[in-house]
Amino acid sequence: MLAYVIRRIVFGVAVLIGTSLITFIIAFVIPADPAVAVAGAKADPATLAAIRVELGLDRPLYFQYARYVDRAVHGDLGRSYIRREEVAGLIVSRFPATAILALAAMALSLALGIPMGMLAAAYRERAPDNILLVFALGLVSIPVFWLGTILLIVGGLYLRWFPLGGFDGWNSLILPTITLALGSAGYYSRILQTNLADAMDQEYVRTARGKGLSRRAAMFKHAMANAMLPLVTLAGLDFAGLLSGVVLTETVFNWPGLGRLAFEAVFNLDIPLVMGTVLFSAALVVIANLIVDLLCAWLDPRIRLGQQT
Amino acid sequence: MKFRPHAMETAGALMVLSLAVVAIMAPWLAPYDPTRAVANTFGDPAAPSRMYPLGTDQLGRDVLSRIIYGARISLTVGVAAMAVTMTIGVTIGLSAGFFGGAIDFVLMRFTDVMLTLPALLLAMAFVAVLRPSILSILLVIGLVSWTQIARVVRAEALSMTQRDFVMAARALGAPSSRLIMRHVMPNVMPIIVVMAVLGTSGTLLLDAGLSFLTLGVPPPTPSWGRMIEEATTYFRVAPWLAIFPGLAIFYAVLGFNLLGYGFLRRRGRAGSAT
Repeated sequence: MLAYVIRRIVFGVAVLIGTSLITFIIAFVIPADPAVAVAGAKADPATLAAIRVELGLDRPLYFQYARYVDRAVHGDLGRSYIRREEVAGLIVSRFPATAILALAAMALSLALGIPMGMLAAAYRERAPDNILLVFALGLVSIPVFWLGTILLIVGGLYLRWFPLGGFDGWNSLILPTITLALGSAGYYSRILQTNLADAMDQEYVRTARGKGLSRRAAMFKHAMANAMLPLVTLAGLDFAGLLSGVVLTETVFNWPGLGRLAFEAVFNLDIPLVMGTVLFSAALVVIANLIVDLLCAWLDPRIRLGQQT
Repeated sequence: MKFRPHAMETAGALMVLSLAVVAIMAPWLAPYDPTRAVANTFGDPAAPSRMYPLGTDQLGRDVLSRIIYGARISLTVGVAAMAVTMTIGVTIGLSAGFFGGAIDFVLMRFTDVMLTLPALLLAMAFVAVLRPSILSILLVIGLVSWTQIARVVRAEALSMTQRDFVMAARALGAPSSRLIMRHVMPNVMPIIVVMAVLGTSGTLLLDAGLSFLTLGVPPPTPSWGRMIEEATTYFRVAPWLAIFPGLAIFYAVLGFNLLGYGFLRRRGRAGSAT
């Protein structure tokens, strides 16, 4: 188990090094003048000169990258030149709102997706399965920002049940959570349906059925346990997709989280802040995947004992 | 309920086809010029009426005409971005699966890194340092959405290289390029086509999302995502401005999804490509 955990942590760190290389390339290699990109087009020559020295733009690229990583590791993601604040501090202050929204949406999408997937698998290739498939495709096809806008118009403007955006009280969490969760719910339901259908064809399920267990009992007691595992893994991978949805959802609902921070940063061409949020999001995804990996190892002895499935 | 296996595919194909027709025939189908004020609205959007079936926006432009012309830009960007995506994804997936070893390791770890970055955020970061134009938008969308395709194509290519006919060709001395083009590629093609169809729904959504964040194709070109963004200012007085362009995006994305999943389902491998 320990060897497995260490392997996953090393992998996560390696992935983070890779992502830092990508953000570094976007911020410092692609722009014609990184100093202008970092300080904004309106910066005066003195500021630009100071930034060139600070970033070491006169030094070779590998030196710049090493310094960039060194600072990031020490929690220094640079300064936002629009807001004149530390990027790391801004991110930390915005993180709780995003965490609440993302976790609530994750929970809701699983709460909707799992029963839908089970229902579809129980009626495999019959009418309910087909209807649920089309329904799930409908859910994944809705643009997140449009769904949010419509929910805001209906629930906030006409029914007046919910506030028109912002973050005050649990009531304001409901519409953004639904907005963010529906697409993932459709996606998860299809994954679970496929996994369950595959599991139902396995020998151990046939054995259980042979013992006289009903189809339903075999599905709940035997197939579910094996079908859930890949779903957990995918939910971890899908976390990156969830964070993409967060940007749009937070923008629609004026939610004071990382997504809106990232949007405002791009809008203001605040490069250090943009790269900081991208890097931080990648770290979140890596951590989410690490948690999922450990959860799977704990649930499945085959993984924990080194027999990769 | 009777459900024919072809129903989903057919519905999807018809939806995609109808969109293509609307996009191509836009100048003949649109009742008005999409970029010009046609109604005297004095700054207020006008509700749907007989003259303007879907209403007009705050500048007096006809919403229906803008949605019809929007099909052009959305489909062009969606399909072109998919072509970029496929080029990157298929090249990386085929190379990794076919050559294996160190090449496979490096390419797949690179894919893992890209999978960690939220596509929309990464696209936003690219847009922040590049200037938004149609070309940069579709390159950016392609750059952030090839990972899934690379993984699926790699798995298919990997299984192909183990097949007897590929081994036989290799034993006869066929060079790698010939093995890939003549033996592996044709057998991976069906899954590539399905992934391209499904992937288009992804590029359409990503393009719409970027447009909504005002980071997409610059105005005055009518784009569905941008129309919704502009509508949010007026959603108290003119909710229809937001509703109809969103329905158009939904219709387009659903069409590609139905087509792709319908095909997979008929082939009995629904969910194997996600």
